Amino acid sequence: MSEFLQHLINMLVLGGTYALLGIGLTLIFGIMNVVNFTHGVLYTFGAYIMFIVVHQLGVDFFVALPLAVLAGWLLGAAIELTLLRPLRGSDIDTTMLVMIGAWIAMQSGALWIWGGVAKSVATPFPEAPLVLGPVSVSWLRLFVLAAAGMLIVVTYLLINRTKLGCAMRATFQDQDTASLMGVNVDLIYTSTFAIGSSLAAAAGALLGPVYVIFPQMGDLAAVKAFAIVILGGLGNITGAVIGGFILALAEELGAGYVSSGYRDAMGFLIIIAVLIFKPTGLFARSERVG
Amino acid sequence: MTRTFRSVSAIALAVAFLGGAAEAQTIKIGVNEPLTGAFAASGTYVVNGAKIAADEINAKGGILGKKIELVIEDNKSNPTEAAAVAEKLITSDKVPVLMGAWGSSLTLAVMPKLMEYETPMVVETSSSGKITTTGNPYIFRISPPSAIEAVAFKGIVDKLELKKVDFLVINNDWGRGTAEDFSKMMKEKGIAVGAVETMDQGAQDMSAQLSKLKGTDSETIIVTTAVDQLTLIFKQAAALGLKKRIITTGGSQNPDQIIAQAGAAANGTMHLTTFLPWFPDKTPNPEATNYFIAEWKKRGFDFAGCTESFRGYDGIRTVAAAIEKAGKAEPAAIKAALWDIKIKGLNGDIVFRKSGPEGKESGQSQPNVYLIEITDGKIGMKTL
Repeated sequence: MSEFLQHLINMLVLGGTYALLGIGLTLIFGIMNVVNFTHGVLYTFGAYIMFIVVHQLGVDFFVALPLAVLAGWLLGAAIELTLLRPLRGSDIDTTMLVMIGAWIAMQSGALWIWGGVAKSVATPFPEAPLVLGPVSVSWLRLFVLAAAGMLIVVTYLLINRTKLGCAMRATFQDQDTASLMGVNVDLIYTSTFAIGSSLAAAAGALLGPVYVIFPQMGDLAAVKAFAIVILGGLGNITGAVIGGFILALAEELGAGYVSSGYRDAMGFLIIIAVLIFKPTGLFARSERVG
Repeated sequence: MTRTFRSVSAIALAVAFLGGAAEAQTIKIGVNEPLTGAFAASGTYVVNGAKIAADEINAKGGILGKKIELVIEDNKSNPTEAAAVAEKLITSDKVPVLMGAWGSSLTLAVMPKLMEYETPMVVETSSSGKITTTGNPYIFRISPPSAIEAVAFKGIVDKLELKKVDFLVINNDWGRGTAEDFSKMMKEKGIAVGAVETMDQGAQDMSAQLSKLKGTDSETIIVTTAVDQLTLIFKQAAALGLKKRIITTGGSQNPDQIIAQAGAAANGTMHLTTFLPWFPDKTPNPEATNYFIAEWKKRGFDFAGCTESFRGYDGIRTVAAAIEKAGKAEPAAIKAALWDIKIKGLNGDIVFRKSGPEGKESGQSQPNVYLIEITDGKIGMKTL
């Protein structure tokens, strides 16, 4: 029983970060309809910004976090302005190829600047875990869960309750009508991509200190983010959050009770099942997909 | 304009030829190591150790009157890349001999290429038994296979009063091979073997596996993987409140790095290692060990890397000794000479004995294995 409780706690912590990865991508992939291969690189980028700001500039850990998010926002805006804007209106294959190119170029850049050897970020949290009866969890991971939860709520409110969010939804439903209603479509494109990117960087900045930081760390994160978005339904923020927790649950219980060698396979088995039986995702609303 | 362009081209061509001619004055050694990906830290250390050996040899005038030149390629911790890199080194760079490829799965992927191009390779780190038992006569290994580690460990299991052990190993030829060889030895000693958990080589979160191991009735966990994953395991085990004894194998632990990154979580852990940079006087070759450590520090490298980098140093010295003995830098002659060399390695004499099916034996040297323990953030030796 205590082992099961421990798995559940692990699932909550892991699921929170998966959800964060998922909502960033669902904004770009689901709402903007851009197959964003740079999502993993932005995750890596956020983690390296933490490393630079904390270790090379000597800035406080909690100050570094918003700086990493801001840096992700700026890099996302730059990618949109230089790569995606000239391609707007071209077919999805062209955009996808450009994004693959950007992914490889940026990952190689990270390798060139920081080298292949993993780095770690020191945190202000105590080493001793929080012990609650039979289960324990590290303070750092609890903080990551809380921060991820906060970012998810903020993003949800931004999309559903603000004028900017309304303009975003309008733009990607019908660009021309939105434009006629006075929405600055160019600005909406740039800010949506920048917000999605900043969420990826936030996930990297939060998880980098939990694990280790290396140039290819974003690859697995990106694969999982795509899986979560497909699981939850394209463009659905609530779906991405639930999808994140489902993936974490499948991995934890799969590794704990079936076989740890196939841990990463468990989540993907669920996705295959979802694609067969409910191809629009578990929580898709049809008007968003079409 | 055309004229200028032509003469510039001519000069460029001449320089290129001269460069080519200068290159022919060196003896090339191919180095196939993981410099990116999951084993980047370890592979980089090995390459830095190899460079120390090459510089030392060249400073003394090289071999056969020529300088040696390391052609270093990154196999990206990926078996497919490791095979491609070996092919590139042999066919394009024309190296007569290789050193590599760190991981067992990487080395196993390279092995068919060695057969195809009849080029020998000195294996400096890999420990899967399969490497020297499948009948590849181009393999010469200076690192201990996991069976030798298991035998060395056999002597101390009584003192440690092991009753039941679990395994947490990297899910590849190295980890699974170690779990197999150690389980066999444990069972011979009457020690029960419980759960065998695996983790993907790129995995960063082992909480699920550790939560499971926390709940079993074993008192000890044998862990096999490289340093980056090990530090994560120690941190995550501490966060889960897992209090069992942890013993690691494989010699790629870099214990100082574990102490630095895992802090108090490292106390009480034991590690089977193949080098003793902390106690140069207790190594088989103190003079060479002291030289190597001094040179390592002089170059500004992290001391923690010594337990890994010495393999690159020994590997290149082994290759160089074979080329010298062969009298020419040709694959067949080097392969034959490898059987006849005897050099003083940092971890014992390097002498190749036959291993594997008759007629196509691989070479296996018998290095020393040590058990160290971390207590209060310090490294101490356990006698085997």
